[in-house]
Amino acid sequence: MISTSTNDAPSRVVLVTGGNRGIGLATAKKFHAAGHKVAVTARSGTADDTDGLLVVKCDVTNSESVDAAVSEIEASLGAVEILVSNAGITKDGLVLRMTDDDFADVLDANLTGGFRVAKRCVKGMMRARWGRMVFVSSVVGLGGQAGQANYAASKAGLVGLARSLAKEFASRNVTANVVAPGPIETDMLAALTDDQRAAMLAMVPAGRLGAPDEIAAAIAFLASEDAGYITGTVLPVDGGLSMG
Amino acid sequence: MSDNFERFKKCAVDVLSVEEDKIVPDATFESLDADSLDLVELVMALEEEFDVNVEEEELEGVTTIQGAFSLVESKL
Repeated sequence: MISTSTNDAPSRVVLVTGGNRGIGLATAKKFHAAGHKVAVTARSGTADDTDGLLVVKCDVTNSESVDAAVSEIEASLGAVEILVSNAGITKDGLVLRMTDDDFADVLDANLTGGFRVAKRCVKGMMRARWGRMVFVSSVVGLGGQAGQANYAASKAGLVGLARSLAKEFASRNVTANVVAPGPIETDMLAALTDDQRAAMLAMVPAGRLGAPDEIAAAIAFLASEDAGYITGTVLPVDGGLSMG
Repeated sequence: MSDNFERFKKCAVDVLSVEEDKIVPDATFESLDADSLDLVELVMALEEEFDVNVEEEELEGVTTIQGAFSLVESKL
């Protein structure tokens, strides 16, 4: 059955990784406000301002931790139907000064972490013949960024991961898409120097930073009942920074 | 029918969502409307049920219930 209206949209079980702040928290709140059952994971297992959200401790670099977290969500809320893979870290530095560990750690958290969580959740979606996966990439994954080779590589990798998942599970009515945020007002951006920040803003046609809610809105759309025929796409939400 | 086949059948009925009497040795996965994803899912369930390990490449050429059952049984 194909639902064409969002008015009678069923309540879904949503998991947002890295959902304790920034884009993840804004996204979790949006799903919650829309009547969905929402779990967020955080490395620390704690989060501020998460009324109505199930907060679960999870380290996405550890498969057992991922399994335990998703099992806990399944027991409390049911099988995950919408996965927003958002957990991510940065360890910025110019390539010449970037250690192998700096590179590998960021890949492990941002890219392999996305794989681990998707792998754990997709089986349930497949069984249910309904699922939505949205991976939070970044505009730097598409365009590169000096000082962020590791982060940009991990975010570019999510595109290949999402598109492969899209192809593997399309027949099961499970979609996988990518949102590529531009500069968004979050803690992660606060780590940039003033110069980096100004340079970034100068390149944004919209002339301003984005708000976490504006990313959440794009994610919510890709995860909606209405977006069932959209899969394997990359949606930049960046004030016109990348234009594509 | 052997005990093992009964266990196999239970997994197949569960994963493929088909009637029990359709799980006969000669049945092809195609005739059961099972595609490659179903086959992988079935094998994962069988790995758990029988505590065996089946590699992806071993699934090549497995097209029937008998083929899948023999593959699992050969590992017991």
